[in-house]
Amino acid sequence: MRRIYLDHIAATPLHPDALAAMLPFLRERFGNPQSLHSEGQTVLEAVEEARGRVARLIGATAAEIIFTSSGSESNNLAVKGMALAGRAKGTHLVLSAVEHVSVLNAAKSLEKFGFRSTLVPVDRTGTVRPESVEQALTKDTVLVSVMLANSEVGAIEPVAEIAKLCRAKGVPFHTDAVAAAGSLAIDVPALGVDALSLAGDQFYGPKGGAALYLKKGTRLLPQIDGGIQEDGRRGGTENAAAIVGLGKAAEIALARRAEREAKARALRDRLIDGLTRRVDRILLTGPRDGRLPHQASFCVQFVEGEAMLLSLDMKGIAVSSGSACSSKALKASHVLLAMGLDHATAQGSVVFSLLEGTTAEDIDIVLESFPPIIERLRKMSPLYTAYLKENSQ
Amino acid sequence: MIYSDKVMDHFANPRNVGTLPDADGVGQVGNPVCGDMMAFYIKVKDDRLSDIKFQTFGCGAAIAVSSMVSEMALGKTLDEAMAITNDKVAEELGGLPKNKMHCSNLGADALHEAIKDFRRKSAPGVRDAAAAAPAHVHDEHEEICSCPYCEGPLEGLKEVCSCRHCDIDFVECPECRKYTNKADAACSSCGAKIAK
Repeated sequence: MRRIYLDHIAATPLHPDALAAMLPFLRERFGNPQSLHSEGQTVLEAVEEARGRVARLIGATAAEIIFTSSGSESNNLAVKGMALAGRAKGTHLVLSAVEHVSVLNAAKSLEKFGFRSTLVPVDRTGTVRPESVEQALTKDTVLVSVMLANSEVGAIEPVAEIAKLCRAKGVPFHTDAVAAAGSLAIDVPALGVDALSLAGDQFYGPKGGAALYLKKGTRLLPQIDGGIQEDGRRGGTENAAAIVGLGKAAEIALARRAEREAKARALRDRLIDGLTRRVDRILLTGPRDGRLPHQASFCVQFVEGEAMLLSLDMKGIAVSSGSACSSKALKASHVLLAMGLDHATAQGSVVFSLLEGTTAEDIDIVLESFPPIIERLRKMSPLYTAYLKENSQ
Repeated sequence: MIYSDKVMDHFANPRNVGTLPDADGVGQVGNPVCGDMMAFYIKVKDDRLSDIKFQTFGCGAAIAVSSMVSEMALGKTLDEAMAITNDKVAEELGGLPKNKMHCSNLGADALHEAIKDFRRKSAPGVRDAAAAAPAHVHDEHEEICSCPYCEGPLEGLKEVCSCRHCDIDFVECPECRKYTNKADAACSSCGAKIAK
């Protein structure tokens, strides 16, 4: 069966050029970049070339890029590393309520070391209001972290504004740009952030290749102590193949981003318009505009997300869901709850995210396949039966 | 795949979906807040289940469990049907993921509620011992089967138990009686406030 993969936010396929760039570093170029002999130095050159490419993607300088193993590691390094570096000044963090769990749980771990956090609420579209961040700041605040875009509901956050008001108060600001990097144009000097997380597996790079941008002069306590790799900010022998793959993917993303964005945006709108027209009681989650170009997320009432996900999978379509039942922890998405959705509505979460290779035909197949799935599940749903009964009276 | 072939078969082709407008008994368990909700409708003839229909709001496991229960119980005597347990249903399905055992495996309870409803209606004034039993609540210690985060075993008393691996304490929610992270301000299932 032909598969239609619409789960970009979980993983993207590796770009063939990135794979080709990586292969020598899994074969003959095995040297340790910290070695002074030729075997080591050729690998070091490749790592540094990749550092430059990642820096160019976001308008940074090469020295401001720290390679890590994942978006989660970048977020942990930023939140824990920056908070602990500022401990002498204070122990208070400000985060948005819709941050990725790697930010939220890093802050939770810091509670064991005397830190506390304020979660800033979002509106019905999942968007943070800069005033809310400002109100949450105290004399004691040592870090603010608000994501650039939310993968679950697509909302793009007003990061430049938030960074500006943090700068005015002298509070370091980190943004998790894992969902955004490669898809949105990013220029760190213009954004005004002190730190930014990104991961290559969100823009056709390999898993295991990620980075933290740390503005020159920003203080950080390393979370992996070791040698002098990454300028002493992250120990451990460099994962050269993943770093080179990330660099290549960043180079391609910079060259192709605008074209990718325009194409994705058109297909995303076709999907949003089509589904909201064909299915009743379906709610677009996140803003209609001001959302990630490749992301369309919904809550479908009276049905549950995992059942939708499995049904679509049987039709060859891969999506994700934030329903409680589709998560291993059996918890409804904290993002949907923070937006004020009730548990029953949040259970109907379904998230589509488009790839570079997604076609109009793929979208049309989804538009054909989705309504009968909803109809079948609603026929089974006691909630839908109750709703029909109420409405007929 | 997290589910067995049999679970996927019952999910893709559920048996006995629907309602019975002239049902002899109706049983409902769960609520949308907790994730899953199941409603069973039964017809009874000569002490046997002559027809069963169900509706389920929930995940693949919840739908498959309901379908399986309806198939196992159809044609059985009421006592035989009352002897069907959730564990037997899971076994018949070739097993369920551990984290689904607790919340989605309620089909037998919904069926039992329907039978109790029938017995209450057909014998007014007679206080049937089975009919007087409370509806499904998560108050049996053995029902605290596994940690929702790591699926490891939970240890402790009935009211408070903990996962040693995750270092998380769970308390019973006063509202929905499911176990929820003690550190949270509100129950992760129903949103009720958790007293500190």
